[in-house]
Amino acid sequence: MTFAKHAWPALALLLLAGCHRGMEPVAFHAEGRPTTLAEWHVVEARGGKLELNDGVVPYDLNTPLFTDYAHKLRTIWMPKGTTAKYHPTDTFDFPVGTVISKTFYYPRASGGQPGDVMRTGDYSHDFAGEGLDLSKVHLVETRILVHRQDGWAAIPYVWNEAQTEATLARTGAVLPLTLVDDASGQPAREDFNYVVPDESQCQSCHAQDWIDRRVHPIGPKARHLNKDYHYAGGDENQLAHLAKLGYLGGLPAPAEIPRDANWEDPHAPLDARARAYLDINCGHCHNANGAANTTGLTLDYGTPEDRHLGICKPPTAAGQGTGDHFFDIVPGQPDESILPYRLASKEPGVMMPEIGRSTVHREGVALIKAWIAAQSGSCTTIH
Amino acid sequence: MRKLVLAAALGAALAGCGKSEAPPQNAADASFEAKLQEQLLDAKPGSVIDIPVGHYTLKRGLSLRTDGVTLKGAGMDKTVLSFKGQVVGPEGLLVNASDFTIENLALEDTKGDALKINQGRNITIRGVRVEWTGGPKTTNGAYGLYPVKTQNVLIENSVVIGASDAGIYVGQSDNIVVRNNRAEHNVAGIEIENSTRADVYGNTATQNTGGILVFNMPNLSKAGHSTRVFKNKVFDNNLGNFAAKGAAVASVPAGSGVVVNSNDKVEIFDNDIADHKTTNIIISSYFSTNYYNTRGVAADYNPYPKGIFVYGNRLKGGGDSPDGVDFKMLKTAVYGLTGHFPDVLWDGYFDAKDIVGGLPPPADRICIHDVSGVLNADGPHGYKNPSTDTKPYDCTLPKLPPVVLDPEPKAQG
Repeated sequence: MTFAKHAWPALALLLLAGCHRGMEPVAFHAEGRPTTLAEWHVVEARGGKLELNDGVVPYDLNTPLFTDYAHKLRTIWMPKGTTAKYHPTDTFDFPVGTVISKTFYYPRASGGQPGDVMRTGDYSHDFAGEGLDLSKVHLVETRILVHRQDGWAAIPYVWNEAQTEATLARTGAVLPLTLVDDASGQPAREDFNYVVPDESQCQSCHAQDWIDRRVHPIGPKARHLNKDYHYAGGDENQLAHLAKLGYLGGLPAPAEIPRDANWEDPHAPLDARARAYLDINCGHCHNANGAANTTGLTLDYGTPEDRHLGICKPPTAAGQGTGDHFFDIVPGQPDESILPYRLASKEPGVMMPEIGRSTVHREGVALIKAWIAAQSGSCTTIH
Repeated sequence: MRKLVLAAALGAALAGCGKSEAPPQNAADASFEAKLQEQLLDAKPGSVIDIPVGHYTLKRGLSLRTDGVTLKGAGMDKTVLSFKGQVVGPEGLLVNASDFTIENLALEDTKGDALKINQGRNITIRGVRVEWTGGPKTTNGAYGLYPVKTQNVLIENSVVIGASDAGIYVGQSDNIVVRNNRAEHNVAGIEIENSTRADVYGNTATQNTGGILVFNMPNLSKAGHSTRVFKNKVFDNNLGNFAAKGAAVASVPAGSGVVVNSNDKVEIFDNDIADHKTTNIIISSYFSTNYYNTRGVAADYNPYPKGIFVYGNRLKGGGDSPDGVDFKMLKTAVYGLTGHFPDVLWDGYFDAKDIVGGLPPPADRICIHDVSGVLNADGPHGYKNPSTDTKPYDCTLPKLPPVVLDPEPKAQG
């Protein structure tokens, strides 16, 4: 029995978060694809909550990938006694058996129709300690990344209407939803297709090297995780928390750990915010070995601020994605630049990123435009 | 009336909140799409995925990441995958795998590129039709058949119609054969870009903006050289350029037959090239594209075409109505109102640091035989002093060896 095995910690967590009543231990499936999310025992919908199991640690990122304004609950679990190894720039070296989950959800729109979800950057009402209050949020999908003997596997699950169960969706799904603005005044609605990627598309982002084609988690890197999290037990730096739990080894002194800017932080330098945004939204393809290395445009964190980042760079294979503009970035002229044009599009064939969104991230586009507007110089052509 | 209302309500329920752009996908198509996706996910090396006769509507781009897979239809007009209602793209089919063969089917109306193969060896594309059925439009996908960063590539007996960039486009690849294809109503019919060792022969390129292009762009993983263009039929490529501005091919004047831009060691021979209103053959540098700037272009990029050899082609007509004000004025200035450009137009840019005694080193020269004339447009000086002297092109270059595919592609199954 779970209670007997984990009596004291379970009781302590029960008091804090009111969960884990009889949840079986997390299951590492060394092969295959369980047909329901529940078979992993990582997160489970029960008693009006999405609960996290024992040893399942939530985390978030300084600057996250944009996914149609979805909110995300990310978790990590490792087999007892195993530890990930710190790396200053790459994804941490996780032990075989590691299970990462990412649940995509939206705050519910009050009094709306089925499929209505909120467009809001306010996360404060989502969390009930560690987990989600299902009276306040609508679950869409949960993706599992599991580290097996032969590498990481990505497995998508889609939640049912009743919000009781998520089932395997190998070929993904197209779910019609409507974003409802939370801004007071006139209610604005935007219909869109929420697209759950198929298994192969998971690799479009998670195989950051298109020659070895190996899947890796993207978020669990030092620069993304180096921030405080609001745990049930109080606020703490995520890396320190993982180290304390024994999940992370080799953590250097805090001053030596890189930290990405929060793209929304008005006190952070504009350049740091924009680069953090481009890194997480574009860098998985636009890196030296990624899918987009055919273009000569690199947007990950280490890219020098020159033509590699798109400054005055003619496009390579943009097609109609140029928007009639000549260069990826024209310093000082966001409206003459290809980069924000493609971020502001939702046309397949024009839009960037190519997959993972069906709506425009207005605030993200505004950030990139402001960043380009603040750049100086010109792209004078030579004949 | 009542029926109509019900149908509309049902449509709204199916498509979600009245989205109207995508035609609704029927149940048969939806189950076909899911099955095909699963077949692609489950494919193992050696798998052959047969797609039966039929016209199938797909909502989402497909992808394949397993080596050694063959995708087969019943014929390019019999097995049709239509992406007209595509909501997720951008490609029709994206392949990141080696030893891939696709044959005898059609991909229609993809939002982005129709077939993109990104990284892979031993690629065979055979008897595939790609078409944007609404005719040439800027909003059509950029490329039809698009292997990039691939090695040992065969594209044959295929048809591409309506690409807003290049119909058949091979980029940053090595050891390539493009033969016996047909390209129509694209901006560029066939384009070999930043690639090495390519044989382009037996193709028909007509009614594109430009017929066959051999280009080198800056900032990419490799510079291209050693392309042979021969035994092709390239005629009447006079379609108005409908590429979005900023795209490399947007700089191609309507009415161009074979165009070499900034590429090296290109051999053009034994082709039938006719009736191109700008001119039958253009040899040009990256400077003429209007994109060259020092901040955005790698310093080691070579923008000059070097070692270009044109001979033994059958050339006819053309040059009578060049695209663009500059060319029109140039034509009138040199040949008069009723005159026409000769068979070959060279923009006149050359690498000054290479010049010894007024000429480039022998291997870097532009050698041209068997043409009605060559116009050096004097691009570097704004077309002020064009020259019709053909003496500078009176030379020969060593012929390039044929491309040998290794391994040989499997014969058609």
